[in-house]
Amino acid sequence: MIHSLFLVNASGDIFLEKHWKSVVSRSVCDYFFEAVERATEPENVPPVIPTPHHCLINVLRQRVYFVAVIQSEVPPLFVIEFLHRVVDTFQDYFGVCTEAAVKDNVVVVYELLEEMLDNGFPLATESNILKELIKPPTILRTVVNTITGSTNVGEQLPTGQLSVVPWRRTGVKYTNNEAYFDVVEEIDAIIDKSGSTITAEIQGVIDACVKLTGMPDLTLSFMNPRLLDDVSFHPCVRFKRWEAERILSFVPPDGNFRLLSYHVSSQNLVAIPVYVKHNISFREGSSQGRFELTLGPKQTMGKAVESVLVSSQLPRGVLNANLSPSQGTYTFDPVTKLLSWDVGKINPQKLPSLKGSMSLQTGASKPDENPTINLQFKIQQLAVSGLKVNRLDMYGEKYKPFKGIKYMTKAGKFQVRT
Amino acid sequence: MIHLIMDTFLRYLKEREQEQLVKILSFMFYIFRHDDLKEMLDSNKDSLKLEAMKRIVAMIARGKNTSDLFPAVVKNVACKNIEVKKLVYVYLVRYAEEQQDLALLSISTFQRGLKDPNQLIRASALRVLSSIRVTIIVPIMMLAIKEAASDMSPYVRKTAAHAIPKLHSLDPEQKDQLIEVIEKLLADKTTLVAGSVVMAFEEVCPDRIDLIHKNYRKLCNLLIDVEEWGQVVIINMLTRYARTQFLNPNINESLLEDSSEKAFYASDDEEDEDKKAEAAALVKRKPYVMDPDHRLLLRNTKPLLQSRNAAVVMAVAQLYFHLAPKAEVGIIAKALVRLMRSHSEVQYVVLQNVATMTIKRRGMFEPYLKSFYIRSTDPTQIKILKLEVLTNLANETNISTILREFQTYIKSMDKDFVAASIQAIGRCATNIGEVRDTCLNGLVQLLSNRDELVVAESVVVIKKLLQMQPEQHSDIIKHMAKLIDNIQVPMARASILWLIGEYCEHVPKIAPDVLRKMAKTFTNEEDIVKLQIINLAAKLYLTNSKQTKLLTQYVLNLAKYDQNYDIRDRARFIRQLIVPTDKSGALSKYAKKLFLALKPAPVLESPFKDRDHFQLGSLSHLLNAKAGGYQELPEWPESAPDPSVRNVEVKDSVCARRTVLTGPEGAGSVPVNMILLAHLTESDSGSGSESASASDESGSGSESEESGEETESEKEEEDEEKEKKRKKRLDKTKAKKPAEESAERCAIHTSYQINTIAPSGSIKMYELLHRITGEGLAVEYCFSRQPFSPDPNMVAVQIQFTNNTNSETKNLHIEEPRLQSGMRIREFAEIGLQPTGESVTVVMGIDFCDSTQAANFQLCTHTRKFFVSIQPPVGELMTPVFLTENDFKKEQGKLMGMNEISEKLTLGEKCVNEHVIVERVTATANLSRVPCGSDKECRFAGKTVSSGCLVLVTVTTKEGGRAQLTVNCEKMVIGTMLVKDIMQALSQ
Repeated sequence: MIHSLFLVNASGDIFLEKHWKSVVSRSVCDYFFEAVERATEPENVPPVIPTPHHCLINVLRQRVYFVAVIQSEVPPLFVIEFLHRVVDTFQDYFGVCTEAAVKDNVVVVYELLEEMLDNGFPLATESNILKELIKPPTILRTVVNTITGSTNVGEQLPTGQLSVVPWRRTGVKYTNNEAYFDVVEEIDAIIDKSGSTITAEIQGVIDACVKLTGMPDLTLSFMNPRLLDDVSFHPCVRFKRWEAERILSFVPPDGNFRLLSYHVSSQNLVAIPVYVKHNISFREGSSQGRFELTLGPKQTMGKAVESVLVSSQLPRGVLNANLSPSQGTYTFDPVTKLLSWDVGKINPQKLPSLKGSMSLQTGASKPDENPTINLQFKIQQLAVSGLKVNRLDMYGEKYKPFKGIKYMTKAGKFQVRT
Repeated sequence: MIHLIMDTFLRYLKEREQEQLVKILSFMFYIFRHDDLKEMLDSNKDSLKLEAMKRIVAMIARGKNTSDLFPAVVKNVACKNIEVKKLVYVYLVRYAEEQQDLALLSISTFQRGLKDPNQLIRASALRVLSSIRVTIIVPIMMLAIKEAASDMSPYVRKTAAHAIPKLHSLDPEQKDQLIEVIEKLLADKTTLVAGSVVMAFEEVCPDRIDLIHKNYRKLCNLLIDVEEWGQVVIINMLTRYARTQFLNPNINESLLEDSSEKAFYASDDEEDEDKKAEAAALVKRKPYVMDPDHRLLLRNTKPLLQSRNAAVVMAVAQLYFHLAPKAEVGIIAKALVRLMRSHSEVQYVVLQNVATMTIKRRGMFEPYLKSFYIRSTDPTQIKILKLEVLTNLANETNISTILREFQTYIKSMDKDFVAASIQAIGRCATNIGEVRDTCLNGLVQLLSNRDELVVAESVVVIKKLLQMQPEQHSDIIKHMAKLIDNIQVPMARASILWLIGEYCEHVPKIAPDVLRKMAKTFTNEEDIVKLQIINLAAKLYLTNSKQTKLLTQYVLNLAKYDQNYDIRDRARFIRQLIVPTDKSGALSKYAKKLFLALKPAPVLESPFKDRDHFQLGSLSHLLNAKAGGYQELPEWPESAPDPSVRNVEVKDSVCARRTVLTGPEGAGSVPVNMILLAHLTESDSGSGSESASASDESGSGSESEESGEETESEKEEEDEEKEKKRKKRLDKTKAKKPAEESAERCAIHTSYQINTIAPSGSIKMYELLHRITGEGLAVEYCFSRQPFSPDPNMVAVQIQFTNNTNSETKNLHIEEPRLQSGMRIREFAEIGLQPTGESVTVVMGIDFCDSTQAANFQLCTHTRKFFVSIQPPVGELMTPVFLTENDFKKEQGKLMGMNEISEKLTLGEKCVNEHVIVERVTATANLSRVPCGSDKECRFAGKTVSSGCLVLVTVTTKEGGRAQLTVNCEKMVIGTMLVKDIMQALSQ
């Protein structure tokens, strides 16, 4: 399936290669570089690039391209999903998955890749199993290793692969047993010129951080499970139980994992927590344009809207912007024409605004495209869909764990058209 | 140092010789440059070796050549340090192909590894061995794979499955032998192996669909428990399989569709569809009935739409698209729309597939129209795909919203996207007649756009639209004629010229003037524009020769000397055709007809049309070209092949026994003991990791098959039950089942039992802890007679806990075993929690060292400890061995004298026939029957579990109810005790 893997950085250097079958010359990447050159933006590189003898499937994460070489028919999503899983694993191990991190840990990376694929077919992709095979590097362990010469490779061979719960390590022990769940909802919306909602959806995830001793068996129930329209589960969740009782019942993996992602049914009206008043105009014949932007809270259920960040791609004709924010700071990059305004918290008494003028190229006609405004924000302690966790129970272990649930609402792909 | 030598030498040498020397020295340098690494590898210290290996691996990762280190590295293949070893493997696999001879040095290490008692070491040895691409070891590999394919451990078998494609790519001549191994592994019952072996199947022999028949139902049922990557491969393979074996579920509708496609699309509600289906069924010859196996596949894949893995979701989606009845396909839309939230690469692939689906089944995505709206932050390639989907989804009802949306897209800053949007508008306009005028007006407005690309694209699209009804639009044509002065984009200029030429009769005044202008600029135009100028000239000459004769001549003269031969050709051809001369051919009469024929309006088609002949989700579909190794999705068969090929036969001998056992009672009512038995094996799998793999073992090791007489309904239930089994496996605490179901399951599991052990009357339960002494906790045990997979030298003891207290019992586990020397216990995994009234069954292993000494241990709950002991009857210390009559005789010959114990006895009143004797003996001892020619003799064989000594039993019946019992066994104590037990059993 996957023949080889090349890691390519933003400047087009191959800094790591790994082959699972016979060696494929790195010159195969020339086709990829051509495609990169042809694409104007890095994200416009086609994920699948056919070449005469191979096919290149790539993903871009954190300015690193992961280019897999394929020789025969294989579902492209299979490869893409796997490459993302590789990146996730690296992130899990090294905190970030940048070129520097990979180069610093090249041996661990190689050992991981060796375990994850056998002859190009995925073998062990569960983070818990991998961590038993290859210990993630920590500062302490690095120091100890250099002194004692001991290794990163687990002494014992893992049994997890053979068990019925392959996602969980055996023999987990903690002094503090805790289970935290974060319910994070994102609002994807497109708001049109007049402020009415064109489309709005809520996508949510429940991320868990479970540090429990032994083999706990957890059940999580919701007050209003009917809200969830479409769900996808971590493999640990028992699907039948959810079908029958709308209860999440699972033996959790150890550590951080995504338990569930869901989509809130589109029948429910989505409360849009902020509004944007804008007036962006260019006058014919003059080299000046007007820019006015005001933000305000709309339906926030009494919670504060925080970490607000506004960004907008201004038309190419704009040379510079001379604006004054009522709060926060703004930057305008004259090269990329990207305006971003870090607003911070919205105070309902004193609405934040950004006003001023834009200067255009003299003589150029007025741009006929309108910039869109992208919004980011966070609202703590609120799940905008109204989803509520009812209770979390643990079976199978006798200690009392510490349980915590946190709600948060964020802007996903939130756009205002002007 | 080398540099120094080089310098000194160079000083004394003439220039010509220098060059030669530099070459030699640089080669030497190349050899010596890894000296330090070699030294480190040769040292005794593991830390130095490790450091060296790390540096080497880092070099490999950067793509540096380190092949000269091969001998130094390979020496360390047997290193004790596990990390060094692993890195050596990495190196070895990378360079073995280049250094074949040296690589052979390492083979013996792996061969030793293949025999290791630890399954993980066996597996890793096989993995590395099979990754070494050296042709000379093909026979060794073949042998190792064959051996591993029948290994006890499913993990090793999985590795064997992985090794198959490796060997196949190394030496395709081994195909036939490998197919045999695949066939064997396909019959494996463990989820661990299923994905890998199907992968091997797909790579080695994807056309051998006949190998799947027998395993089809099993694969369907295992699917949900297979790891995610395996799921993808299995689903894709099963899609192909189903296409060859089942009938098209939409067969009636597809006939109907031809006549009323439009109407059908317009009303895509499920109700309507049902009605249609009904109507169709009435009209058509015979109603369609779905094969239950087809249904099984659809039902078992459906939950996987909820997978977190996009590839699995896509695989299920394509399965439904290609196999499901129209009314059911809709369910995949929601899941696919969910994937659109994922990474942009995933979005890209999903959108490509959605685009293909929307052409065939528009109705299914209509409710999700808004999910395909485009954001300014989407990458261009995503935008264009979304646009494609939106265009496909457009119909009379939603076109106004879609057009409004398109209008905003035209104002985007991304010009490629704007161009695509304009084309999309054009397509909507051609497909939906009602909005054609609106679209055209909108596009005409775009002609005054400042961006030339936008204008050009609009011109091209308008041209196509105008062709549909040119009469009413002479204004627009005039407007476009004016544009020719400003537009520079060749395609747009060419389109305008073509339009004017085609409809020159609508604009009689302007057309000659345009030609005049073009004649002036002819030499500077692009080729496509030049061709259109010639066309325009020809058409005008034919309709209005008075005004344009000279102009045409001029243009044709210019074209005659053009650099491009196409243009020269065209000019010569047209001159002959239109300009009347003496010898003009017969064609010139028809010139007008040729040029001014009514041309059919172009149909604007989606590039995704007809892509669905490729299996969706495949690489070939994405590229719209066949990729290497792509397996065509077969067309539905006209009539269904025999469905009985999927019935699983029971082996003859087993079948016979089965009738003996369950025959009289019939399948519906099975003896109670069998139910119990089945229940136990079933709940096995629910009791923690160790025991689960134990039951897996027994399942595959015994090669037991599902009964051939299974009815359809049984199948259905079986699959539901599998579902439940999955849930239950995790759900350790729940072991209860409705009675019916367990009876059902029993029917399935009887054959398992029969095959693994000789048919026994019943399995006796022994009490370990009474309800009263256990303060409500009752514990019983029995000897399940299953092989205990974690350790084959142990006797499997099945323990059933029943909680009769009013509170939950927690942390059931074993402590402080007090054992005779040599005896060992493999404890069951701790039972975390046992709710009131429930019972749980677990399996533990005890090595009794072939003695009947009791194993003592403490059974602990979270509150109490109980001292208990298990004493095995001698008959449980053995496992059956299958011997032929000759083998039996031979072995018996070896165990004469002291090892033979013979007793005479009188048979009990009920021991009237052979059947009862067999039953009694096998109930007493875990032995299997040996075939025997004489009907006066019954023979049984087995071996002790711990030391594997043979135990042979012969019962010879004589007249008058008398009989002689002979036991041959090396272990005299066992022999004596066994004689006693069997005598007792027979004389009762």
